[in-house]
Amino acid sequence: MRVAQRRLLRLLALLLALSFVAAACGNDNTPSASGDPTTTAADGGTSGVDYSALTGTINGSGSSFADGFYQQVISSMADQAPDLTVNYNPVGSGQGKKDFAAKLNDFAGTDSLVKPEEAPAGSYLYVPTAAAPITVSYNLDGVTELNLSATTLAKIFQGEITTWDDAAIKAENAGAKLPSTKIVIVHRADGSGTTSAFTKYLTKAAGADWKLGAGDTVNWPAGSQAGQKNTGVAQLIKDTKGAIGYVDFADAKATGLSFAKIKNKDGNFAEATLAGASAALAGATAADDLTLDALDAAGADTYPITAVTYILLRPTYDATVGANVKGFVTYVLTDGQSEAASVDYAKLPAALATKALAQLDKVTVG
Amino acid sequence: MTTATADVRSSGPGDALTARDRGALGDHLFRWLALTAGLTVLAILALIAFSTTQQAWPALSQAGIHFITSAQWIPNDVDGSGPLKPSFGALAYIFGTAVVAVISLVLAVPVSLGIALFVTEVAPRRVRGFVVTLLDLLAAIPSVVFGLWGLAVLAPNIVGFYGWLHRVFEPVPLLGTLFGPDANGRSFMTAGIILAIMVTPITTSIMREVLLTVPRTDRDGALALGATRWEMIRGVVLPHSFGGLTGGVMLGLGRAMGETIAVALTIGASAQITGNLFKPGNAMPAVIVDQFGEATGDFRSALIALGVVLFVITILINVTARAVVSRAERRLQGA
Repeated sequence: MRVAQRRLLRLLALLLALSFVAAACGNDNTPSASGDPTTTAADGGTSGVDYSALTGTINGSGSSFADGFYQQVISSMADQAPDLTVNYNPVGSGQGKKDFAAKLNDFAGTDSLVKPEEAPAGSYLYVPTAAAPITVSYNLDGVTELNLSATTLAKIFQGEITTWDDAAIKAENAGAKLPSTKIVIVHRADGSGTTSAFTKYLTKAAGADWKLGAGDTVNWPAGSQAGQKNTGVAQLIKDTKGAIGYVDFADAKATGLSFAKIKNKDGNFAEATLAGASAALAGATAADDLTLDALDAAGADTYPITAVTYILLRPTYDATVGANVKGFVTYVLTDGQSEAASVDYAKLPAALATKALAQLDKVTVG
Repeated sequence: MTTATADVRSSGPGDALTARDRGALGDHLFRWLALTAGLTVLAILALIAFSTTQQAWPALSQAGIHFITSAQWIPNDVDGSGPLKPSFGALAYIFGTAVVAVISLVLAVPVSLGIALFVTEVAPRRVRGFVVTLLDLLAAIPSVVFGLWGLAVLAPNIVGFYGWLHRVFEPVPLLGTLFGPDANGRSFMTAGIILAIMVTPITTSIMREVLLTVPRTDRDGALALGATRWEMIRGVVLPHSFGGLTGGVMLGLGRAMGETIAVALTIGASAQITGNLFKPGNAMPAVIVDQFGEATGDFRSALIALGVVLFVITILINVTARAVVSRAERRLQGA
């Protein structure tokens, strides 16, 4: 009798499980057929897109600089597109582009432009998604405000200015009491898009005064110090008296560092803020392929060391992946933009966001 | 090491069992299995050497001899609008690797030999087991933990000690240069100290095994002739195990030169050649792990070339060590 009872229970359990599966399948079908108008209305008209119909998985990889932003967007999009899984792997811009060329990912995140040897022209489209200021952080007792021009920055990071009370720094900081502490240059030990953006800024803004060139890794002067990733550099600055280094905005804030105001193209000393970075995007002119150089851009409030990050898309996708990728990027450019500030990224100015959305129309799906 | 153990074995009773007819099939099978295993090692080594050299070729052929004679490591984007052209000269990193490895051996070898002698010759049986267990535990700690400890605890706290060393040894000719001014927490010295801690368990355990192979009769003979314990160790134990001890040191050296993450975290990542051990530098494995992520094209190839250089240096050192050992053993054992 006990055996019979057990069998009955098992049968019941099986039936129950089957009914759940059936219900789940049913749920999948119903919203796409009848739920369209309601969800669109619920979106508040920001994008006018129904994400709930998207199902499947898309994979992206690349820029670690933009990782914080994408992870935030992915988690908030999960509420609206429960059946869509977006994976983003912050392997670095260089690796992301390699993966993209080898078709190992569905989209790539990158802070640097694609070189001809990395992928043939026409095999990718740029979509700018966000920007962030790169701070020049320092550790100097009693100095809470510091103004620096590009030329002075270049001389400091080349090791030509070696003490904090150098005449060049004094000239830009009339009121400050600068100690005679030795300057310790702190930079990234690992190859980094942040290094690339910072050195490109110096190349552009300091001109002939900057002699080290630009790139993910440059030949820093002997005796300079290096840390791993932004957190490593931030920690090193925090621990070292007289240190100066470039750190992304989020980590500089999180570590509690003070950062310098940098002289922008209009001649004002601008503080590193998200508004300043957005102003830089507005001040830069986007090319036809939507690449733009926000470094040393025009505008009174522009923070000059601002890096833009892009998503790379293929011009053609098959139906499912294409719908998912387009859905995700649309979300990044609409609802995602309002999330940017919460994770210390600057959102795109409205005009640029519109252009970026229009770029999606060039992607053919099917 | 191998020579020493081989000597012991050849004096054993193995020769009596070489008859051909018993279990011929099993013998054959075993022979082939062992041969295959041996050849696999060779094949893997050859394949590694081949594929890395092949991938490193673009950078090596472009840089030529400059790769090991120049310290200009400028991996800039080729399209970078800066005034500098890419250039791959790894001398500063080769220098850093050598300096850090030497520091670690100078610190680790005496300590290891001391521990090994203590465990085999001096310590009572119970203490012996305890010390060996402790050493095995030390060997089991992942290198990244050593690196983080060096970064977060050792580097900030040891700067004061470096400064004191500099003040004390400043008038001494060679030491005054080595223990130079303006000490940094992350430096050749810090990386060397961390490596020494990591190398010690390996060298110690090998040295211990080697010291245990010294025949009881030899020791007893020395003691019976009226030698003190130290005289016995110096006259019998050390000469007998010289080859094996050197082998242990070589294994430690290999570990020290190849260690990556702990060095990357503590050495300071600055490309410079200086006699001041308290200055930041960089080492080959650390450069590879730091810069590989964003490297493309020739830059990537240059990083692989660093690996090839490291490989070649390791082989050269091993070959030299073997030659030194075999010559020294002949002299020391007088046989």
